[in-house]
Amino acid sequence: MSGKPTGATPLLRIKGVQKSFGSTHVLRGIDLDVARGEVVTIIGPSGGGKTTLLRCVNFLETYDRGSITIDGAEVGYRDGEARKRRTETDLARMRAETGMVFQLFNLFPHLTAAQNITLGLTRVRGLGRAEAGDKAMHWLKRVGLADKAGHLPSELSGGQQQRVGIARAVAMEPKILLLDEITSALDPELIGEVLDVVLSLAADGMTMLIVTHEIGFARDASHRIVFMAEGTVGAEAPPAEIFSPNQPNERLRSFLGRFSAAHRL
Amino acid sequence: MLDQVLYAIPFLLPGLLVTIEVSLITVAISTVIGVALGVGLVYGQWPLRWAIRGFSDIIRGIPILVLLFFVYYGLPLTGINLNNFAAAVLGLTIFKIAQVIEYVRGAIESVPRGQMDAAKSIGLPFHERLAYVIAPQALRRFLPPWLNGVTDAVKGSALISLLGVGDLLFGIQKVVGRTYEPLALYCFGALVYFALNYALSLASRALERRFSYIRE
Repeated sequence: MSGKPTGATPLLRIKGVQKSFGSTHVLRGIDLDVARGEVVTIIGPSGGGKTTLLRCVNFLETYDRGSITIDGAEVGYRDGEARKRRTETDLARMRAETGMVFQLFNLFPHLTAAQNITLGLTRVRGLGRAEAGDKAMHWLKRVGLADKAGHLPSELSGGQQQRVGIARAVAMEPKILLLDEITSALDPELIGEVLDVVLSLAADGMTMLIVTHEIGFARDASHRIVFMAEGTVGAEAPPAEIFSPNQPNERLRSFLGRFSAAHRL
Repeated sequence: MLDQVLYAIPFLLPGLLVTIEVSLITVAISTVIGVALGVGLVYGQWPLRWAIRGFSDIIRGIPILVLLFFVYYGLPLTGINLNNFAAAVLGLTIFKIAQVIEYVRGAIESVPRGQMDAAKSIGLPFHERLAYVIAPQALRRFLPPWLNGVTDAVKGSALISLLGVGDLLFGIQKVVGRTYEPLALYCFGALVYFALNYALSLASRALERRFSYIRE
């Protein structure tokens, strides 16, 4: 992808973030900036802390040290005060600024595709029923599912469910979209339709932070790729550099080597 | 035999109404309080969770009859004097609350964790996550045990005749005392309890069907 966006201050700034689950140190001081309109993809071996980092960005996980800011506002903790958790209303307001798409879709099974999208629009964004419905239809059309608006998630294929998941997240007009291994639970033949939607959002200039095992997709869609292993950022560069045969990071080279052995890159 | 039953009906009607009244009050109050405490047990801070856990474990470990006697005969020693009707309702309600707490906990925990994550990620605050995402899905798991519990409440209410509350069983015993026809009257009493509970379980099946469209 060309035309790397430039912004004076990054939209998302992660600085020195640390996180432990019990005695397991999952994040060991992560620094990462994402500029407005930038698509950044995190790759790396399982258990390297990728998903945990993503979940910290909208405070689905707390972080023990460091800071995460979106548009200058600290996520999860109140500005100025040292690690004082935001109030519930405050947190909800912050989270509405970040959209998230999940590995297991997490659609609301009791609501139709359209209702999955309108719930946040009416309750959080305060839109009227009709306006929210129009917006839901707009996004369902955009992901190619206009004819499925009235269907329950259980009546949709995995790929269709995930496209509704994406529509639900972007309809909220978040500042940044977080994609957490969104194709990992899909049958291979359904992956393409989901990734196509992501590519079209990237073309629109949507800021995205992506965790994926689809290395080929990472290469095609990202402005920048971050290689994470054992809770640290091992390498961070544009795709061309990451995939360069002269890549100095040995762990990254062996990680990519294992992938190109398994998939045709 | 039919004569005896026909003779007894006018004497049993007030008792039947008391049985229904006690069951209704017990179920209504225990559902409201039990749901609130059940939510507290799942989402509360640890002191609250511990308190609710302790209450539920203790109450569920005590036979309901012991609980009724404790409320009626025990509490007066602490200066709380309740008439037998109030004591009966209080005892049954406390017992039922502990059950409802567990139904609620089980129902909420049956909803996949990702549902809460998704609800958070679109910016819903806690009470709206509960109302629009968790509750509709948990309801499906809550209804079957709860409806079972309603029939339990009707059956369990027969124990309050032991506190001298004039319920259906108490009425039957009074008529038996006059007519010395236990077989016919207890059979009839059993039939009335059965009819009441069977109607409830038919209603519960219809309700369960109503919510069966929700699948994960």
